[in-house]
Amino acid sequence: MDCQLDIFFLEAVLNGLLLAGLLALLALGLNLIFGVIDVVWICYAELVMVGMYGIFYAHKGGAPFLLAAAVGVVLIALAGMVLHHFVIRPVLDSAPINQLLVTGGVLFVLQAAATMAFGIEFRNIGIRLGSYNVLDMSFSYARIVTFAVAIGAMVLLWAFLQRTYIGIAIRAIAQDRQIMPLMGVDQRRVYLVTSAIGGGLAGLAAALMVLQFDIYPQIGLQFGPLIFMICVLGGLGNMIGGFVAAFIISEFIAVGGSCFATEWGYAIAFLFFMMVIFIRPQGLFGGKS
Amino acid sequence: MRIPKTALIGVPILLLLPLLVRFLFPAAEKYYLHLLIQILIWSFIYTGWSLMGRFGLTSLGHGAFTGIGAYVMVLLWNYAGVTPWIGIPVAVVVSVVVALLVGYPCFHLRIIGHYFALLTLALTEFVRLCIVGLRDYTGGSLGTQPRRFGDGISLYALQFEPDRVLSYYIALALWAVGLYIWWRVDRGMERYALDAASQDEDAASSVGINVTREKLKITAISAAMCAVGGAIYAQYQMYIGPETIAGLGVSLNIVFAVIAGGMWVMLGPTVGAVFTQVLSEGLRVTIQGSTTLQSVFGQGALALDTMIYGLLLILFIIYMPKGILGTLLERREKKRDRVAAVQRAQAAPSP
Repeated sequence: MDCQLDIFFLEAVLNGLLLAGLLALLALGLNLIFGVIDVVWICYAELVMVGMYGIFYAHKGGAPFLLAAAVGVVLIALAGMVLHHFVIRPVLDSAPINQLLVTGGVLFVLQAAATMAFGIEFRNIGIRLGSYNVLDMSFSYARIVTFAVAIGAMVLLWAFLQRTYIGIAIRAIAQDRQIMPLMGVDQRRVYLVTSAIGGGLAGLAAALMVLQFDIYPQIGLQFGPLIFMICVLGGLGNMIGGFVAAFIISEFIAVGGSCFATEWGYAIAFLFFMMVIFIRPQGLFGGKS
Repeated sequence: MRIPKTALIGVPILLLLPLLVRFLFPAAEKYYLHLLIQILIWSFIYTGWSLMGRFGLTSLGHGAFTGIGAYVMVLLWNYAGVTPWIGIPVAVVVSVVVALLVGYPCFHLRIIGHYFALLTLALTEFVRLCIVGLRDYTGGSLGTQPRRFGDGISLYALQFEPDRVLSYYIALALWAVGLYIWWRVDRGMERYALDAASQDEDAASSVGINVTREKLKITAISAAMCAVGGAIYAQYQMYIGPETIAGLGVSLNIVFAVIAGGMWVMLGPTVGAVFTQVLSEGLRVTIQGSTTLQSVFGQGALALDTMIYGLLLILFIIYMPKGILGTLLERREKKRDRVAAVQRAQAAPSP
């Protein structure tokens, strides 16, 4: 254990910040869906995994990376709509826990399908962006790009929700589910659009993650629990809360991981999460519960 | 007490099952016994989970309790030479303490539904990460084995794995204890209190139910059962790994099996265990026997059972939330009601 306030500590802190961008993006999609449809997609990280495979094979098939990434975003947006139409809609009126478990079934299906279709090997897209070195610290460009794109996507989503008709309808539905259909808003369409946006955000996250991580069918289990934790910590459905929570959690992981071992970084983050929930069950910034 | 007809037929069959297996499948006796033992041990764990699940306390954290049960016992045995006869009670205590530490704030602050599920999910992950992190003792993600004592069969070390028939009876006894606990809970006042609380907590506490205490009681029982189940499973498998006995995968499997079998009936979790084990074993045998399937899916063929699990889980929740046994029993009840109504109508004097 070497936990001194030296340059490596600063490097860990800054890398934590860069990781936070990605986690915030992942949490954003889940929070949007929860806030509007009141459903937790337990399989969210698995959608990201499918997107990563889609981008990997599109790139392998000769598409330039940006095109492959666009294909991934569209693919997962469609997947989100399919998921909503065939799985979520039939259980919209049953107990909340059933909605959560039904997407647990989707998690199994996606993971198994990926294992069967792509095998259990780790795959890497093989794009190296190099790294930016300053003083004794090194930051990979992949992480910096990820951070920038994630922040950009969040700003765009915010503008969309503020400025467009459908964006305003989405926010309105999130505030009052009963009254909006009476105001002439087609609830089913809003749900479908929300699912598509949530899926699209997962696809975007996938495009950023293929630059940093190896792809394998179980990668969702590595990120899934983290994303849920961030969403709950920020208050489920609270997008700004999720954003801040992503930074807190990723600092725990990055600093804890550099001081001890990687698992301990995660373990400390989970412990911190449970403590916070016991003090503030509605999350750090949650108003609505 | 009136003994139901199913028990009169079922108990002798279960007791004689090893003989039956020896007679019917002399070549594959060990394999079929192995299947039965797996079903019984998991049934016990599933029954433990269903005690909470039936009252709306959907925990995704029971992988933590099976993991604690298995690891505490094995580590005590491997590093301190403590016999499992002491190790299992210690593991149960640890697991109950963890359950209460997490449960008390949850129930006190009324964390329910999504939040409860996600919080318990964090608990599972935390325990799994701790197991991996303590790799100097636990063997990390590769897992570890309980140290073999003598020839592997010992009362002192509670090891019985080489003798499948003995293992079967131990598993059977464990399973019976599980059903007894379920029955006691079902008949107790606590059940009505918890049923009321799961419907409306305010109303329940207004009639004098201490909701937090009742929930804590059931959580402690449930966690203790899972810890014992995990420990016995470790002794039978003679191997434990963070993914096989702890972690999110185990938690989700528990939830799925119970939902498939039926959460609200006594033998529901058992039916769930039979269903999942037979399904995955059947698929495994089919795939291994068929070169076409193997060549189509390659290494991934073994994921086919997970795929079918997932699809079934979705279908069960949408179309059959009461599970296999629950739906069957409900259907029988309805039929009986109809028959009774017809009889009443016939018995009534015609005008």
